[in-house]
Amino acid sequence: MIYSELKPFDEILKLLKEEKVFLILCNGCAEVCKVSDEENIKEIEKKLRENGKIIEGKVKIDFLCSKNLIIRKLSRYTEKLLNSSSILVFSCGIGVQCVSKMIDLPVYPATNTVYLGGFQGLWPGEERCLECGTCFLGITGGICPITFCTKQLVNGPCGGTNKGKCEIDSEKDCGWALIYEKLKKIGKLEILKEYQEPRNYKLVEVPSNLRKKVFFDIDKNEEL
Amino acid sequence: MEISNLQKKLNEGKFVITSEIGPGKGTNLEFLKEAEILKDKVDAINVTDLQSSVMRLGSLCVCHLLVEMGIEPIFQITCRDRNRLALQSDLLSAYVLGIRNVLCLTGDHPILGDHPESKPVFDLDSVSLLKVASELMEGRDMKGNQLDGKPSFFLGAVVSPGYEPLELQIIKMEKKIMAGAKFFQTQAIYDLKKFEEFMKRVEKYKVPILGGIVLLKSAGMAKYMNENVAGVTVPDRYIEMLAKAKKEDRVKISLEIGAELIKGMKDMCSGIHIMPLGWDKYVPELLYLSGLI
Repeated sequence: MIYSELKPFDEILKLLKEEKVFLILCNGCAEVCKVSDEENIKEIEKKLRENGKIIEGKVKIDFLCSKNLIIRKLSRYTEKLLNSSSILVFSCGIGVQCVSKMIDLPVYPATNTVYLGGFQGLWPGEERCLECGTCFLGITGGICPITFCTKQLVNGPCGGTNKGKCEIDSEKDCGWALIYEKLKKIGKLEILKEYQEPRNYKLVEVPSNLRKKVFFDIDKNEEL
Repeated sequence: MEISNLQKKLNEGKFVITSEIGPGKGTNLEFLKEAEILKDKVDAINVTDLQSSVMRLGSLCVCHLLVEMGIEPIFQITCRDRNRLALQSDLLSAYVLGIRNVLCLTGDHPILGDHPESKPVFDLDSVSLLKVASELMEGRDMKGNQLDGKPSFFLGAVVSPGYEPLELQIIKMEKKIMAGAKFFQTQAIYDLKKFEEFMKRVEKYKVPILGGIVLLKSAGMAKYMNENVAGVTVPDRYIEMLAKAKKEDRVKISLEIGAELIKGMKDMCSGIHIMPLGWDKYVPELLYLSGLI
């Protein structure tokens, strides 16, 4: 289980500069956290329309962390996707990255993935989403600067990038070199010029409401 | 408001020369003699901040010692091992200790140094550090709290003209300028044509740029830099010159190459930044050969 929360609507609107948008919802963890449940989505669709956005289509996919499922399902929506100029994703950070990997359109997260103390359920590792609580994927072409950049930088590459590789390992891609290539490909390089505030490390702490609900379940069971 | 000599000269459009010293590992202050050699030859001296992530005597303290020696320091400060509390506090300390020039860097990863197991910090980056320093100068910390007494700095940053892709480097440079960088020092330059193209592309920013000079001590060092140092390409011609030179002539050839580069870049930029890497004693001769003294 990966826990995500909706970003404030203003933040979504700030990311979403394009007019035509396609919505992709995850029916897995995101559904459980209610970020992709029908009520929420209806409300957001209404607000998007009020702000002049055209919703080209909408699809719910069982698990957005499964590339095969995404390909199979999205192939039925090719035309609508071609008409769209951006994609808004309701899932954890991994789902956003999967979608972005497969479609060369600007892909924006509607959510922040919240820290559960490394409790990542079925997902096999933390190499793609550290549940940092401040999803940056909307400004980085769907490539996570927290997991792909060794220094977790949010304002561009350090001076150590050598031939597209990281200064600590000549076989490791520089995350910012990948981000640059992707943004260039989707015509969004201007996003890189925006200043990013330092990260909020208060969010790297399991919120107390979730700690009670999820993380300490094991302790509760033992008491029984 | 008092301004640094470096800032004053750059404001007046005068050509500036900066150099660099690296504090030692321990309390021995012998290395300050290197600064003494450079004292009247250069406008300011950078003091590196745990260069290559190797634990050493600190930059802040050595900058203060330079101030006491009547030498203007450039305080290099990195985000590698201090969080936002420590960085802001050290900037205030620097001002109180008489330091005015500050060079803001992200810093090397600790894995590259002699304590590879240490926790990498990078709470801020070079861009946010510049912005925070600018805010301190306006009399408030990064949370907007009022300061009782505010510092005044001449803020600088670094840029790598040989970086690929250059466009990405220039975007970062622009962000640094927007965040408050008033001058730039570059990575070592060996390709003047590439440097000229870079200078043309960044002309629009109208910010002083000091071209970086690293003396090539041997053909081996040049090859090593080509392999391992980001954004540095030493042309084969220089490598051959060094490889052919007899051992006793190597310094002479090295200084000749340095002088050729300085003469070549002199009219393109606002000054030069010499990183002698221990060869401080040859800097006066290098400047003489370059026609700068």
